[in-house]
This record gives sequence, C-alpha cells and structure tokens, in this order.
Amino acid sequence: MFDRRLLQCFDWGLLVLTLAIGTSGLVALYSAVSAGAVEPDLTLFRKQLIWYACSFIIMIFCFLFDYKQFERFANAIYIASLGALTAVLFFGKYVGGSRRWLQLGPFSLQPSEMTKVAIIIVLARYYAKLINTEGLTLRDLMVPVFLTALPFALIVRQPDLGTAMVIALIAGAITFFVKIERRAFVWLVTTFAMLVPSVWFFLRGYQKQRILTFFNPDRDPLGAGYHIIQSKIAIGSGMLTGKGFLKGTQNALSFLPEQHTDFIFSVLCEEWGFVGGMTVIVLFLLIIALGLSIAGRCRDPFGTILSVGVTAMIAWQVFINIGMVMGLLPVVGVTLPFVSYGGSSILTMMIGIGLLMNVSMRRFKFE
Amino acid sequence: MTDYLDNVSSEWFDQRLSTTMVVVIAAFVLLIARLLFLQVIEGRELRRLSEINSIRLKTVAAPRGLIFDSHDRLMADNRPSYDVSIIVKDAGSLLETISKLSRYAGIDESELLDRLEKAKGTRAYKPVLLKSDVSRDELAAIEVNRWDLPGIVVNVSPRRDYIYTPSSAHILGYMGEIGVKELKNKRFSDCKTGDYIGKYGIERSREHWLRGKRGGQQVEVKATGQVARVLNTVDAVPGHNIILSIDLSLQQKAEQLLGEKAGAAVAVDPSTGRILAMVSTPSYDQNSFISGMSHKEWNALVSDPMHPLENKAIQAEYPPASTYKIIAAAAGLEEGVIDENSSFFCPGFLKFGNRTYRCWKKWGHGEVNIVKALSESCDVYFYKVGQELGVDRLAWYARAFGLGSPTGVDLDHEAGGLIPTAQWKKKRVGVSWQKGETLSIVIGQGFNLATPLQMAMVVAAVGNGGTRYQPTIVKTIRTADGKTVYESVPKIVGKLPISKKNLSIVRNGLFKAVNDRHGTAWRSRLDGVAMCGKTGTAQVVGRREDDEDGERIKDHAWFLAYAPEDNPSIAVAVFVEHGEHGSTTAAPIAAEMIRFHLSGGQPGKAPSHNVRHLETVQGD
Repeated sequence: MFDRRLLQCFDWGLLVLTLAIGTSGLVALYSAVSAGAVEPDLTLFRKQLIWYACSFIIMIFCFLFDYKQFERFANAIYIASLGALTAVLFFGKYVGGSRRWLQLGPFSLQPSEMTKVAIIIVLARYYAKLINTEGLTLRDLMVPVFLTALPFALIVRQPDLGTAMVIALIAGAITFFVKIERRAFVWLVTTFAMLVPSVWFFLRGYQKQRILTFFNPDRDPLGAGYHIIQSKIAIGSGMLTGKGFLKGTQNALSFLPEQHTDFIFSVLCEEWGFVGGMTVIVLFLLIIALGLSIAGRCRDPFGTILSVGVTAMIAWQVFINIGMVMGLLPVVGVTLPFVSYGGSSILTMMIGIGLLMNVSMRRFKFE
Repeated sequence: MTDYLDNVSSEWFDQRLSTTMVVVIAAFVLLIARLLFLQVIEGRELRRLSEINSIRLKTVAAPRGLIFDSHDRLMADNRPSYDVSIIVKDAGSLLETISKLSRYAGIDESELLDRLEKAKGTRAYKPVLLKSDVSRDELAAIEVNRWDLPGIVVNVSPRRDYIYTPSSAHILGYMGEIGVKELKNKRFSDCKTGDYIGKYGIERSREHWLRGKRGGQQVEVKATGQVARVLNTVDAVPGHNIILSIDLSLQQKAEQLLGEKAGAAVAVDPSTGRILAMVSTPSYDQNSFISGMSHKEWNALVSDPMHPLENKAIQAEYPPASTYKIIAAAAGLEEGVIDENSSFFCPGFLKFGNRTYRCWKKWGHGEVNIVKALSESCDVYFYKVGQELGVDRLAWYARAFGLGSPTGVDLDHEAGGLIPTAQWKKKRVGVSWQKGETLSIVIGQGFNLATPLQMAMVVAAVGNGGTRYQPTIVKTIRTADGKTVYESVPKIVGKLPISKKNLSIVRNGLFKAVNDRHGTAWRSRLDGVAMCGKTGTAQVVGRREDDEDGERIKDHAWFLAYAPEDNPSIAVAVFVEHGEHGSTTAAPIAAEMIRFHLSGGQPGKAPSHNVRHLETVQGD
C-alpha cells in the first residue's frame, strides 16, 4: 500500500521553512505578551504553543491521503464552512462589537479563517475542469463569483471586513492565474467600476464614515491613525539591528494595539531591527516561491490551482499585514501567517502547508 | 504516469507561474524598501521619538447633559474635578514622591499608598489615580510644588453637581462608577473602567441621552511630560440636555410640606399626564455618591427604616384605603348596583356572616346616598356595594382605572401594585376567596396595593373627565447647542369605563368631601377655588398587637385631589406613612400644593379656616 516514493518526495524544505517562521513568530509573541509587565503573563504564549502542536497534527493528517480526496469532497467542505459561518451569526460570541468566534469547549474557532481553505478547494475543483489557454468566459465566471460572494457576505455580516476582503483577493488571484478571456476581463472591470459608486450611494452615513476611516486612518486620529503612528515609531526605532530581545519600549508601553495579533510584526521589528524584519520577509518569500514551484511541478490542474490558491492566501496576508503595520495600506484586521497570535489563523495556515506538502509529495505520479 | 493536463500544456502553466512570481517579488521589494526607509533612513528620528515616547493620546471627557426643570432652572450641573495621578515610570523614587505629595498637599500618605498598591498589576506607564476631586487648597499646593513632584499629573474632568440636593434626589437619581457587569453590556461599549454612569432616576433611565461622546487629542510631549504641540484633536461631544416637566418650586414646596415625615407626593397635569412634582421623603445627598461614600454612610442609608433611597412615589406599594372608594363608586354605578338615589342606612357597622364590619364613624352616618358616602367616606355604604359587585367585577374596574400594573412612567424600578381577584388568591395563597374579604377590598384594604403615582393618575383621570394619560417626567431633550431632539406628547392610554352622568356623580362626591361642612376634608378647603378630593386612611396591620410602639403602628394617610373643579390644571396624590388620618396630615399638604400651584407660586396666607373648624371631622 505505502509507496516509498511518497517519503522520498517529502518536501523537507517546506517543513524547515515553516518551522523557522513559526519559531520567529513564537519569539515575537513572547516579547509581545511580556510587554512592560514585571511578571509576564504567558497564558497566551502557552495557548499558542498548544495550537501549534494541534495544527501540526492536522497538517500531517492533511498530507496522509491523496489530495484528490479534497477534490471529491470539495462541495461538502464548502457547504460545511458556509454552515459554520451561518452558525457564527446566530451563536457566535460577541467580542468588541462583532461576532467572529464559535465557542467549542475551552477553545474558540474563527470559521471565517477556515473558509479561506474551503474557497480555495472549491474554486480549484471548478477551474480544474474549465481551464484552457483561451481563458474563462463571462459565463464561466458566474459560478465562482457566486461561490465567493456567499461566504464574503456572511463574513461582512459579522462584521469582519479584513477577512472578507482576503477571501475575495484569494479568489481573484486564483481566477487571474487561471486566465480570463479579454472580453470578459473588460466586462468585469467596467461592471466593477460602475458597481462601487452605486453601492456607495446606498450606504448609510456611519457606514461611509467607517469605510473612509478604513482607507484613511488619519480620519480617526484617536484610533487607527494613532496606532499607525505608534507602529511606525516602533518599527523605525528598531533601526538596523533592533533594541534586543524584550527591550522594545513601544511594545512595553502598550502603545501598539493588538500587539500580539495584527501588529506583531512591529514588535518583531522593534526588537530585531531591519535584520530581523528582513529575515522574516525573505522567509515568507521563500515559502511563496516554494509554493509556486510545487504548483509548477504538479501536472494535474486541480493540484496546481490548489497550490496556487494556498500560496496566494499566504502571500496576500503577508503583504497586507506588513504593508498595514508600516503604514502602506489601510488598517485591516488581517493576521501575519504563522506569526500572529490566534489558533484559527495558525490552524488555517498549517492546513494550507499540509495541502502544499500533499501536492508536493505526490509529484512522482507525473514523472 | 502520464501528464494529467489535456487542455493546457505544462509550459503554459510554467509561464503563468513565472509571471506570478515576478509580481510577488515586486510586491515584496516594495515591502523591503519601506522597511529600509523606516528603519534605516528614518530610523534615528523614530528611535528618538520612541525614547521620549513623545506621542501620546489624551482623552477628553465629555460633559454630561444638564437637567433642567420645566422653567429652565438648572437642577443637575457639571463642575470641574481635579484628579491627581502618578505615572510610576516618570516618578523617580516612587515612595519619596508619594511622601512629598502627602506632605505638600496634606493628603494622608497611607491613603495614597493604598491606591498605589491596588493598581500594582497595571503597567508602569499608565497613570495611576491617587486621589480624585482634590480640594482647591490641595490643588494649589500641588501646582506650586510641581517641579518637586516628578510623575505627578493633574487631570481636570467634569463632575456631576446636583444643585438643590437633597431636593428632587429621587427623580434625578445619582451616579456611580461603572461596574464590571455593565462594562460587558453592549449599551456601555463606549465606557471604560472608572467611568461614572447613572445608577438611579433620570440619570439611569436616560443615561443613553445624557452621556456624551469622549473626545481626545494626539499630542507630542516634551521630556518633562508637558504638551509641546497638539497633533490632532477629536472634540468631545457633550451629552443631551434634559428638560423635565417638574416645576422645581412646587417640588420644593411639597418637600418642605412633607418635612421629616416619610411619605410621597405626586402632582400631575391632568390634561397631559406630565408630572409637576414627585416627592419622596426622606431624601438623601446625591453628591455624596459622587465624591465617594464610606461603607458606614452607605450602610446607614441602606438600613434606614425610612428607606431614603427608595422613590416611594413609584416604588412603594400601599393599600389605597378609602381613596379606592372612587373606583368602587364608579363600578357600583356602572354595573347598576346602585344609582344616584340608592340610599342605605348606616348604623356604624354591618353584620356579615358571623362578623361585624365597622364603619369608621362609630355612631353611624344615618341615611346615606352615593354622594354622601363619598364625601363622608361611609364604609357601610361601600360594604353593601362590594357585596353586590363581588371581587372580580371590582378588580376589572380597578384595572380599567390603571391600577395593578405599572403606569409606564419614564423612570426605572416602577412597581405595579396589586389588584386581587378570586383566581389570584386561589393561585397565590392557595385558599378560596371569602365573601367577607370583598368587604375589605371595596374600602381599599386587604390585598389591595397601589403606588402614589398610580393613585395620582386615577384622580387625574377623574378630574379631566375620564381620559387616562401616560405619566411622563421628561418633557424635552435637546442637544447641547439647543436643538430639540425629543418632545414628549401627551399619550392617552385609556378611557375610564364610566358614563358622563355617573362620573359627574362621583365628582360631586369628591367636591363635597372638601366643600361640604360634613365632608372629610372640609378643613383643607381652599379660598376662591373649588378643590375636589378624597381622603384615605390605610390600616397598618398589627395595629392592635403592639400598641406600645408609638410611631410604627399609626395608620397611613392618603389624600387625592384635583382643582379647579372644572378643567383642573393639577391633580395631586399625597401619602404620609403613619400619618394617622388622611384628613389631618395628607389633605393639608395636598391643599397647600394646589394653592401654591394655582396662585403661581405665591407664599400662602395663614391657613385660618383650618384652625376654626377643628370640631367636626376626625378622619374618615
């Protein structure tokens, strides 16, 4: 039964890269949670370790059987994730004005995170049958738009604009990768350009305010605007080599909002400087390159698109999160993969890595 | 194995993947360039900013909405409060600074150390509140020696100030620090620990309007902590101002009339349901809740047998006693049990079953018709009405007059009172209704319970010709710059189920109770204006058993009234705990409130006729 070639083709490089980035994340998290306190409260740090351990097991589970199984059960996975998103709207717990978490015993899960993987799988299955060098027609695009719009709307309802946007971006990246027909492309761009102003017209005043602030943090000088200033100071003050482990002051002053989740990169850069920040960025770039090369070596459309999807998920989140904390992009609640605190985020990313490994170790089937 | 791809070639894929990689690299180069810019090019400047942690956020508290009476007299104001805090990190030698602060300002050092101890868990960079609301002298001492007190900061914040406290304390209510439970509530999502919120009265029920929106400033500070420049400001939005329907002079007049006695007085405008005065005595000092009350003071307030914290006008439920005869009379007339001319002989008692039910007038009222029965409050007459009506028909009318459920006034904690029915008793007490109990019910004793506000609304409806209004106390809500956002409109909640003719019979009874020389409230009649009213004396259970305890066993006194007789502009309910007789304690208070109101707040003449007519009536 067991094919020795599976082991031979195992992607050790991807595992090492993942572990390296995970470790740097844990170091940064340790700094973030012990900020300014005489006796650091390590509860969050321990929880993160437990999440890593659990996610690691699930990651192994994800490459034990052929990824073709995911193609078979794609619809079931997709529907299950829609079910979880609906459940959150009714039974989720309120935290800070939004409902994002489902309480499962001592743990709480964020179904919107898992939905990212579900949408990648279901789109990969759909596009795998249609893919051709001419590109997708408008008619082809109707189903994927619908498949993406459903979870998107459910997540916006929570509300969690950041995650909803990431889902749309992942779907968009996969679709562009598969290629869109020129005529369809023109259509898409024009409808989109017309849709945005008309939606704006229907929004209420406070919703407009929220969106304006979202794109321009300076409109909210006591909230997002202030956070960005402090984050930039934190990163910049790290200079070339950083202030040293646990020596970050911006972090200690708790000037950084969500220093252990969305703004963890600022903590890392303050203490480890340009050297540390650059290392992390390069590690991410290597993972992305590896993901794309896995996609390339796979000779099966489903496997290729699946790998591209997972890679797009990692790439978008890294780009948005780091761009945000450095003041390049609007302040959105998007986590830094493998680094930010958060069980659902870690779990999702590890599932993604598991899928990449799955595709990678079964490449011999085409050789 | 063969190539899975049939539509596309692997070269096509590889080409697309390379393009993707180029895009990714471009994006990451952008990130790295930005990182380089922040950490290397701007690094030195940003490091400097981080070292003096010069950019800070200062919150600016929003002034709470003001509360006015109906004549725009300010009742609840805001005053500046100076709060002293310490930033541990900036303090140098912590204990030395604390002891210097104690020495300069004359504040007890152990008190300061206590505060510091409690805040030990919090981060060293956040200000720890040492003493809130310091006096002017303490403030001056701190300001003068500021140079010697590193890390000490003084913040100004608006504090509630109740100008006339303890007057109107039960209406306005008081404020207190927000609790852990409330902080979790969505309604208080914009609040922080240490914020003050309304805990009682209007402050509580209209918290949402009164609380403003906190503002703040992004500031750059110098190394010494002073503000070098303001980078950005978000103005605080003051809360909404509330104008009550209360007439402060009438309110104070009523408070003064009730004096030391425990009781309640409610005055309403019968044509709108607006509350003109709502008094509950004894009262308490609202400001002491804000400046911080000791456990001893708090316990004294809570355990006081006179219940100063309770708004007796809406929270206390009492037997309505003879004032209930208004409803019994209406029910009897409407149900055809009696009419204008029915008369009974009152020998001073009624034998029913094997018991004797007494009239309050030992030697009897003689021949009595309905008007006389009301004006002289003949119990025997109503015993007979009650026998005929039965408890359930009586209860239906009581409910139709608004008893038995809260009036829905815009204050929290309102009690609903109790109107018993046969079914209710079976369910709650487990015993069937006894016919004899109806005789207690019909004269407002027994299980019957009503709040003074409910009774005021009963007499207001009788006075205005039968329309029941929802009582309201908030008249207008305005923004801080004067734009009206809410204006109360009279809301009709029902009509009394009584014909014009029968209502006029009842009204005649109430007229004679005051204006006939045999009426129970004759001594409290007013010169020049016809007041109508009904006295009541609520028996306090256990009266006979413990006679030695003087104050406690006296009966409660009621008086309901409206004036003038036609188109009344005021209706009043006065309740005096252990006041003994409605006619002697409650009626004079109500009469003076009405006179005061109708005369537009003129000081009263000596109530001469009260002295002249001491002879006839002794209560009801």
